[in-house]
Order: sequence, then structure tokens, then C-alpha cells
Amino acid sequence: MEFQIIWFILWGLLWAVFFALDGFDFGAGILYPFISKNEMDKKAVIHAIGPVWNGNEVWLITAGGATFAAFPTTYAYMFSYLYTPLLIILFALILRGVAVEFRPKALTEGQKKLWDFGIFVGSFVPALLFGVAFGNIFMGLPFDDSGYYGTLFKLLNPYGLVVGLLFLFTFIVHGGLWISIRVPNSLAERAVKNAKTFWYLQAVCAVLFLILTAVYTNLYDNFIKYPIWFIVLALAVLCLLSTGFFIMKNRRGKAFVTSALFIITLVFSGVIGLYPNLIPSSIDPKYSLTIFNSSSSLYTLKIMTIVVILFVPIVLFYQAWAYKTFMYKITEEELKKEEGY
Amino acid sequence: MDALFLSRLQFAVTAAFHFIFVPLTLGLSVLIAWMETKYVRTGDADYLRMAKFWGKLFVINFALGVVTGITMEFQFGMNWAEYSRYVGDIFGSPLAIEATLAFFLESTFLGVWIFGWNRISPKLHALSIWLVALATNLSALWILIANGWMQNPVGYVINAGRAEMVDFWAVVTNPYAIYKFFHTVLSGWVVAGFFVLGISAYHLLKANETEFFKKSAKIGAVFAFVSSILVAGIGDFHAKEVAHTQPTKLAAMESLWETTKNAPMYLLLVPDPANERNSVEAIGIPSFLSILAGKEEIKGLEEFPPSERPPVTLTFISFRLMVGLGFLFIILSLWALIKMKTIENQKTLLRLLLWSIPLPYIAGQLGWIVAEVGRQPWIVYGLLKTADAVSKSVTTGQVLASFIGFTLFYGALGIIDIYLLAKFARKGPEPKEV
Repeated sequence: MEFQIIWFILWGLLWAVFFALDGFDFGAGILYPFISKNEMDKKAVIHAIGPVWNGNEVWLITAGGATFAAFPTTYAYMFSYLYTPLLIILFALILRGVAVEFRPKALTEGQKKLWDFGIFVGSFVPALLFGVAFGNIFMGLPFDDSGYYGTLFKLLNPYGLVVGLLFLFTFIVHGGLWISIRVPNSLAERAVKNAKTFWYLQAVCAVLFLILTAVYTNLYDNFIKYPIWFIVLALAVLCLLSTGFFIMKNRRGKAFVTSALFIITLVFSGVIGLYPNLIPSSIDPKYSLTIFNSSSSLYTLKIMTIVVILFVPIVLFYQAWAYKTFMYKITEEELKKEEGY
Repeated sequence: MDALFLSRLQFAVTAAFHFIFVPLTLGLSVLIAWMETKYVRTGDADYLRMAKFWGKLFVINFALGVVTGITMEFQFGMNWAEYSRYVGDIFGSPLAIEATLAFFLESTFLGVWIFGWNRISPKLHALSIWLVALATNLSALWILIANGWMQNPVGYVINAGRAEMVDFWAVVTNPYAIYKFFHTVLSGWVVAGFFVLGISAYHLLKANETEFFKKSAKIGAVFAFVSSILVAGIGDFHAKEVAHTQPTKLAAMESLWETTKNAPMYLLLVPDPANERNSVEAIGIPSFLSILAGKEEIKGLEEFPPSERPPVTLTFISFRLMVGLGFLFIILSLWALIKMKTIENQKTLLRLLLWSIPLPYIAGQLGWIVAEVGRQPWIVYGLLKTADAVSKSVTTGQVLASFIGFTLFYGALGIIDIYLLAKFARKGPEPKEV
């Protein structure tokens, strides 16, 4: 197999893992102000994501780094064309990180309110805007060989917004389920209830996504050409339905797993549809940035492949160990004796 | 003001701000690991309290280091798209490796360390902070390999309008990067040593937890002294490498205009770039510059066209100040070490140490000014000019808005972080359990 294709799959995988992991942090952060009735609840939600959110975010840093290393031309133009939306995502991510870390150290009511707000906004904005960004990438961006003609407001088109809302609701469901696994009972009940409500919205957006994708994008072309790939899309649908089923049955762990699998299969459905493009040009396909015309040299791709083979399994191993260590059900007792940080 | 100027300003501000938090992380992680190991080995609860007290400050500092680091990665593509396209084949790899080898390790095990006090064995807990310390310093290695390549490009060919890697090993073992790595990491250790010394001095002056802070001060002083000596020694090697690979930077660091054999070093010197000379040159040490640079003949700035010279005054002053501060650190930390037995009674020294906390930070910033301003007008030395590296599709208005946004947002975060650090530093450790 060609190295560009290996790196295209890895590129998709990095995004998929990032969304499947940090997605529940975003969802938890969005639900945080609404499902917490008291200080103890807030502590519990923060504790539920506290040990892992930063490690989850590194998948984004790695996705960015991998794009830079493997597809530098795409990295250069993706980030400069989407300057303002990425800046907004960046500011939100900064705010989220600081808020999650500093909320437990807040000394006054005012500081607590500030960081509560920060956790919500810093989670809500990336959840929505990553979806909007990917929706627009699926549609193609207006650029040719002399530059980019888009604006921030053109990104907020109906299709971009539908994908944005799909991401947003998906992460809320995902985060609600994560919280429900980890926190004490009454709070967990509220989290599941929210996951249930938002699952309906998620399902509506998913249906709209499936229909509008045929209208606004060329993603289905690859599926029609090689129908075998419809399996991935069908799996995504199956995972979404299973998530709903398990939520109704109150099987929270299983619902969380299928929710994560939905995110991964959804991202891969997009990746399959994009191939061989990384960013299609909506002006003319001949300007599209593909995995072949924007990739690094074969030598660099080989070196990076070796790095991945050697080190990513180690990362997966200790992250899995960390998850296992912090998978316990948080109790009020635990929160009371918690260190001040 | 155009997009290029604003992008440069924005990169300078965001990089400098990021580097307020990085150096302390580099050194303090090692010190906390050391403290916690002492606790595990001796069972002395004071060392546990130390790990927790300094750990709390570490975490407050670390949070901003992480979030401002994301900006650095995004900015290469956002503001410097032509640069990213031109060098991505080489520059992207160390960045991706940094994330894979270092960031995952650092963030995962810091999470384990913060939340794991009651969940894992003391030995495993101490191992977690050692892994954080290792990962933090490892991330410095990879980012400085990337930066080292911008300073002294190696292991590449120019192909199809961009630089392509042909020798990964050459990129990784670039001597420029290796010197820079040790110099930078050790400067971060100096920051941490003086941070611990200075805050300990504050409490010793107040006669608060004297025993606890004497122990901390001792660790801080040893660390600061050894690191100060080493950072100066490596700095000397690093300067020789600069003399070898970046003659324009060396000439600007020393404000040397004419090519000189057995060049002297003037202790008093005032550059006059407008007239391509120095308006004051006094107290010269014969041949000393040539000895430091490891070369008999030193090329002056006049050898290079004005369009290829870096800003002289800023590079020169930053370098001088950094070196001066470097010597001060050796003296101060040695003084603290000598007086350690009775340090709680050395009021003048303690006050000096308290007020010295910012100085190693300033020295680090000055060092980066020498490194980055001294490399101008090149973004990749000798290969690509900064002016050709900026994003073409980004407008002046966009960068102006983002620059203002960064300044305000970072300003607020900086104030909050320093407020929190000061608050928790003053509060001191949790009282001993009885």
C-alpha cells in the first residue's frame, strides 16, 4: 500500500480517536452547569474528566502534528484558510483547559462563576465549530491556485451548521454517558436523562446529515463506486441506534462504548467519502489538496511510519492503563478528601 | 503595519508568553520528583508535604504552559503557511514526534499524579512524576531539534520548491540543536532552582515553617548552582557553534562591524548601527572574543549586505544582559549554598533571593531574543526569509484582530496565573498531620 494512503488512514484515525475521547470532555463540560445542583455535583463532574481531559486533547495536537509532518501543504492551507474559525476554537480550547484546572482552586464565588462559564463556553464552542469546519471541508472550500475566497460567515451555511449540530449533540450524549458511569447516583440519573433527550436531537441531525450530504457534497461518489464501503456507514447507523437502545435500557457502559464507536465510524465515513482529497476545492477539483499532491516526501513518510509503529502502541498501553486506574465510581467521600488540585 | 509585521509581533508575543511557563515546568518537575523520591525512600513526611506544596504551584504553572503551547502549533499553519509548506517535510516530523513521545506521556501521567494520591502505590506515584519530568524535558529536545533546523539546516535537499528531508539522523543529531537543547533545558532548571529558593526565602524571612523551607531552599540552591554552572559552560560551546554556523548572528551579538583577527572584547560598548560602527568601545580584553568564538578571524557585519544583517542593538544588548545575569546566578546560588546552615538569619541574602525570582525568567527571554532576532532576516538561516514565509491568504485585519485578541486574553490569563501562584506560594504547605 502506498504510504500516502497509510497516512490518510492514520490522519482519519487520529481525528476519530480525538473526537471519541475529548468529545466526552466537551459533552461533560457543556452539561456541567445544567446538571450540577450543588458544589459537590460540580466537583464530581470535574473529577470525572479531570485526570484524562489533557491526555485526550493531545490526540488533537498529534492530529495537527501528523497533518504538518505527512501533508504539509494541506496543513499550511487548511490552517491559514480557516484562520478565524481556528482562532476561535483555539481561544475556546485555552479557556476550557484553564477553567478545568483552575475551577478547583477558585477562592471566591466570582472566580467560581468565571470558571464555570469558561468550562461551558470552552467546551461548547469547539464541539460545534469542529463540526462546522468538517462540514465545510466535506463540501469543499472555495480556493484555487491563487488563494482563498471564503469568509467566516460563508462557513455558517446550512450544511455546515447541520454537521456542527450533529457533532454538538453527539458529544453531549457522549459526555452525559461518561458522567453517568463515573459520578454518584442522583447526578448520574440526571446525566442519563440528558443523554436520552439529546440522543433524539442527535438522531434527527444524523438523518439530515445523511440526506443533505447527497445534496451538498460528493462524499457518496466513493461509496457508489465501491459499495463495500457502505458497511462503514451502515455500522455508524447501527452504532447510533444501539446507543439509543442501550440508553433506553439504562445500560450506560454499553451505550458509552457504542457512542464512541459511532463517532469513529462517522469520522471514517467522512474520510472514505473524501478520498483522495484532504480539502476539496469547491471551485474546481483540479485545485483540490489531495493526499498525493500535498504529501511529504516518501522518505519522511517512511520515517514517520516507523515512529508510529514503535511508539503509538506504547501510548495506547499507558493511556488504557490510566483509564483503568480512573474508571472507579466517584463517591462523595472521595471528593471530600480530594487534594486541593 | 501589515500582515507580515503583525504576524511577527504576534508570534513574538505568544512565544514569549508560552516561554514564561515552560522553563519552570522543565526544572520544577525534576525537583518534585526528587522530593517525592526522598519521601518514598526515607518516609520523612516533610518531603511528602514538599512534593504536594511545590506540586500545587507546578500544576498552576503547567496549565498555562499546555494551553499556550497549542497556539504555537496552530500558528505555524495559520500565520506562516508559506513557511509550513516549504519546510513541513522536515519541520513537521519533530513536532509530530514531540506530541507522540512527550505530550502523551506528560499529560497522561500528570493526570495520574494529580488524581492518584489515594489510588496507586507511593512508588508508582513517584514514578508518575518522574515520567512527567522526563516527558517535559523530552518535549524540549524535539521542539529544539525543530528550532535547531531553522538555525542550522542540515540533512535536506531542495526539491520541487521546498526543503525535503534526506537524512533524519542528521536532523536529530544537528549539533546546533543539541547545544541549544542543553542550554535551554538547563536555563529552565535555573529558573526552577531560583523559584524554589526565592519562595523559600519569603517564608524564612517570615519565620514560617523554617525547617520545611530550609530543606526546600537547600534543594533549590544545589539545583540552581549546578545548573547555573552548566548553563554557562554549555553556553560557551553554543556560542562557538553559532560562530561556526551563523556568522551574522555572532557579529550582531558582539556588535562587530569589521572583520578582525584576534578580536578583542570590549566590556563597554555602544553600537551605532546607522553609521555601521560602535560609538563607544572601551576596556578591551585582547583576543578574548576570538578565544570565546573559537576562531582566530571573526567576520564583521560589513562582510554582509545590510539586507542580510539582523537588528544589531537588540541582539547585542540581549546577549550582554543574558550573560551578565548568568554570572549573577552562579554568585547568588553559591552564596546561598555557603550560608545555608544559617540561612534563616541572612536577611539581606533572603531578600535578594526573593527579588531574584524573575531574573532567570528574564535571562531566558533574552536568550530567545538573541536566538530568534539574531537569525533575522532569515526564518530558516540562509534558505528562507521571514518575509517570504507569511501566509498569503490571511489579511492584515485578521491578524490585527487576532493579535489584539491574544494580547488581551493572554494578559488576563497571565494576571490570573501570577495571582494564583502568589496566593498559593504565600499560603505555604498544608500543616503537619498529627
